[in-house]
Amino acid sequence: MNKLNFLKPDKDNLTTYLYSGAFLFLIAILDVFLGSFFEINITSFLPSFISSILPFILGVVGLHLIRIEFSGIHNLDLLNKKINTNNFNAVLTLLIIFIIIKSIPPIMNWFILDANIAGDSKEACTGTGACWTYIKIWLRRFVYGMYPNELQWRINISFFLLIALACVGLIPSEKLKKLLTLYYVIIYPIIAFILIYYLISGGAFGLEWVETGAWGGLSLTFIVSFFCLIFCFPVGMFLALGRRSQLPTVRYISIGFIEFWRGVPLITVLFMSSVMFPMFLPEDFFMDKLVRVIIAISLFEAAYVAEVIRGGLQALPRGQYDAAKSLGMGYWKMHIFVILPQALKLVIPGIANTFLALVKDTPLIFVVGLLELVGMLNLAKTNPKWLGFAMEGYVFAAIIFWIICYAMSKYSYNLELKYKTER
Amino acid sequence: MNFKVKKIVPQLITLAIVFLIFGFFTFNAQVNMENRGIEFGYGFLTQESSFDVQFSLIEYDGSHSYARAYLVGLLNTLLVAFIGIIFSTIIGVIVGIARLSPNYLIERSAAFYVEFFRNIPLLLQIFFWYFAALRALPLPQDADSIFGVSYLTIKGFFVPRFVWENLDIFFYSIIAAIISIVVIKNYARKLQENQGKQLPVFSISAGLLIILPLLSFLIGGVSLDFEVPVIKQLSTTSFVYEGGLGIPPELIALTLALALYTATFIAECVRAGIQGISKGQKEAAASIGLTPNQVLKLVVMPQALRIIIPPTTNQYLNLTKNSSLAAAIAYPDLVLVFAGTALMQTGRAIEIVSITMFTYLSISLSISLIMNWYNKKIAIKEK
Repeated sequence: MNKLNFLKPDKDNLTTYLYSGAFLFLIAILDVFLGSFFEINITSFLPSFISSILPFILGVVGLHLIRIEFSGIHNLDLLNKKINTNNFNAVLTLLIIFIIIKSIPPIMNWFILDANIAGDSKEACTGTGACWTYIKIWLRRFVYGMYPNELQWRINISFFLLIALACVGLIPSEKLKKLLTLYYVIIYPIIAFILIYYLISGGAFGLEWVETGAWGGLSLTFIVSFFCLIFCFPVGMFLALGRRSQLPTVRYISIGFIEFWRGVPLITVLFMSSVMFPMFLPEDFFMDKLVRVIIAISLFEAAYVAEVIRGGLQALPRGQYDAAKSLGMGYWKMHIFVILPQALKLVIPGIANTFLALVKDTPLIFVVGLLELVGMLNLAKTNPKWLGFAMEGYVFAAIIFWIICYAMSKYSYNLELKYKTER
Repeated sequence: MNFKVKKIVPQLITLAIVFLIFGFFTFNAQVNMENRGIEFGYGFLTQESSFDVQFSLIEYDGSHSYARAYLVGLLNTLLVAFIGIIFSTIIGVIVGIARLSPNYLIERSAAFYVEFFRNIPLLLQIFFWYFAALRALPLPQDADSIFGVSYLTIKGFFVPRFVWENLDIFFYSIIAAIISIVVIKNYARKLQENQGKQLPVFSISAGLLIILPLLSFLIGGVSLDFEVPVIKQLSTTSFVYEGGLGIPPELIALTLALALYTATFIAECVRAGIQGISKGQKEAAASIGLTPNQVLKLVVMPQALRIIIPPTTNQYLNLTKNSSLAAAIAYPDLVLVFAGTALMQTGRAIEIVSITMFTYLSISLSISLIMNWYNKKIAIKEK
């Protein structure tokens, strides 16, 4: 039998090192696991300090023993390469594994095991975990804001119609394909506006008028992000073209506009739209709060979109411009058919990031008194019947926003792959 | 001729439209203000403000002017931005490097952190820390001390305060240390260029930075005391801490949220920067006999920083602008103090909103000017 050297494991006594290392490592994991899930301390016979750091020591020693270069066992080599390259890495690996094991039970308890969802009052929440009853009772308010309960079908229908109309682009038809851009840039926004104006706001066709102050919750988040998305894109595109224009006045005005909006925080822009902007309008002219907010956010985000698109325009090689010009194309023809399609393709990730920022910025409209999801949470939190459930509300909103934003970023990633062309 | 017309006409039209819009707005503003009996002007800044601010870095109460209230707000904003930038840089750099770790678990945890925090609105995070997480802290009387000197309670974080004597001498010693380090660095570079000798610049600088301030303590008469916060009972149920430095929970929540949120973006910048260095650079450096440390210091970092710094500054700028969300949790920053309370009291919407916007604008523009200058300076000089 070869000589064993536990300080420097090598390939000669592979099985000895492997079994003793794996054994120590598993003991360490088991100790933490039992302690965390079942509150059993298998090392309780030791002094408490040693007992608490023992799994750590055992784990490090175990990982050290199985760290054998080119053992010939595929999985072991993979494991060593991935999480066990040296002692420092082994320590970090153990730390992460232990933190994960330790944090699962409290999180599970809070979310599911000790949580309540039954009942319809605060008293129903007896557990130490989350009180999902609160979310259940307030769900309508979180989604529709102060919109009257019996009229909420109008929001549902208009959202359904908007999504259906947005899917028109999926119909593959060579004849209509040319018109798609026109449809999405001009016709669709107009339809969307009419839908929202007449269906959600009402006031005509026998539908009851609901003022925008009553709109709120998640549906308002969607409405604001949707319109800002639609408006900020064309404005941003024109600003980007303006910034690269040969005409000095157009260029300087564009630069001034972009730099102004990019230099100020959105919250001050919203302040401006709510307290300063009415001063700039004729006295008898009334503009709804929601409209002012949508204009303000659109202009704000348009400046960011403009900078992203400018990046794409700059990245195109000069040859593209020259080639288009040599075909006798004018400024607009060149940009619409040659430059912009390529430039926009290049900046899909940047535009997606801007849109994500826009969605994440919508909660700020609380400044002007519009309550979307986060605003509604803050309102519900102060309701005397439901005090003390701030955590549940914020976790709920965080999950919803996370899903929306993550889905958007994944979608943009797919788009990026889809439109990637080799150049 | 035709060519010139083609260029001038669109410009004139744009100018005309812009002037029309501006003229329309100014005209309306004049009419509106006349109707309401307000006169445009910045005279109100010298008036007595007669409102109080909870947390201020400089002496301030209701008897001071609106201009001073503005200064209080601005300083509070800069304080949050400064602390936030420091913490977000530390977290961001660590997470960014962790994302490149060969260790699978570390890489995944870093990725999880980034994906988790950047996809949740910042305002929600601020609310979460302020209304949910920090509200779970103990009351002042129940708080356990941290090392016997600090207390983390629902009313804020209470830490010992430094009580300096002859602080100016201490500052001079640090300035002297910095100046001598610069001189030594220049001398070392000359020495290397002329004679090829290398001086241990790093250890000399570290030594200077420690020894000179230490000398100021021993000889210069500088002394440092700690004032530990002590709990005091006001009535049967009300307790406060006296002495020490109280950091309000608003500030903690705000900096925590800002740092954790911005760090995700900085982490991505750092990762992109390090990934942007081609492998050939490291191999080339290693092949001419540089040690791994020298490769990192002399070859990788100078090039990576060139990629990392511009977008990171942009993130710093974003952090500064995002600090205006302080208004949502009543941390008295520029927006809350000036665009909030002061505007309510004076009703001077146009003046106050324009001052606030102009302040943020000048911070942003000055930083981007510095960035442009820096970019030009570090750009690779091609021959």
